[in-house]
Amino acid sequence: MALQAIAFYLLAAVTLGSGFLVITARNPVHSVLFLILSFFSAAGLFVLLGAEFLAMLLVVVYVGAVAVLFLFVVMMLDVDFSALRAGFAQYLPIGLAVALVLVLEMVFIAVAVADRGAAAGAMPLVASPNLSNAEAIGRVLYTDYVYFFQAAGLVLLVAMIGAIVLTLRHRKGVRRQNIGAQVARTPATGMKVVQIKSGEGWGE
Amino acid sequence: MTIGLAHYLVVAAALFTMGVFGIFVNRKNIIVIMMSIELILLAVNINLVAFSVHLHQVTGQIYAMFVLTVAAAEAAVGLAILVTFFRNRGDIAVDDVNVMKG
Repeated sequence: MALQAIAFYLLAAVTLGSGFLVITARNPVHSVLFLILSFFSAAGLFVLLGAEFLAMLLVVVYVGAVAVLFLFVVMMLDVDFSALRAGFAQYLPIGLAVALVLVLEMVFIAVAVADRGAAAGAMPLVASPNLSNAEAIGRVLYTDYVYFFQAAGLVLLVAMIGAIVLTLRHRKGVRRQNIGAQVARTPATGMKVVQIKSGEGWGE
Repeated sequence: MTIGLAHYLVVAAALFTMGVFGIFVNRKNIIVIMMSIELILLAVNINLVAFSVHLHQVTGQIYAMFVLTVAAAEAAVGLAILVTFFRNRGDIAVDDVNVMKG
């Protein structure tokens, strides 16, 4: 149990520390890298909880896709990021005030819930010992929640189409391959026979 | 000592607060604002998974998967809008986004 506690505190500290550095780092590239670290250690927390499938999903989806997308955009856009940080000190007090209010609210709720004993008691490591985590998820996801699963796929499809439509552009003056015209070419349109008189050559 | 539900909830609460704080202090930098939103959604996911394990119900993890899906879609569309905005304006200052009004 002591090992579990050490692992928890280590992963939680890394998650929170890198989460804080995400919002305070001067360079957005560093922000993205700290975001990756934060997600990675959050995945470790999920493993500690016994939700291995979701942990791997977090690594694949966030570290593998979303964070790399962020990295691409941050590096692709040629922006003066120091100018964007101008209001940091200006918005610090209001940000701290809102954060304080949020923390107080959550502490009040936690105390109120703990009084009723809802959050008491230790958790078992694995939710169901004779069923692996991925199997348990699959059994519920593809039966009770199959329509939600399809809807999630639809959301991803719409997002994909939206992102492509938003960023696709046809530049003027760039020659593009016209496959239809290429395939429709026949010998009649593709070549012509020219009779050249002897000694005159071919001049267009 | 054992690590219980409360420990995970404290981590999630701190991460959520950090995300909200990040939105406030980085008001001009939309990329960091989007990363703060990702942090907030991660905090929500930690809450869902912690309660799912605590209550022996796998439903919370399925919900967390849907949150993950929506977060990925949101990041993709948001960054696509950002790239288009950058192409049209040459910078990504959030202050004059209202020029996009129709």
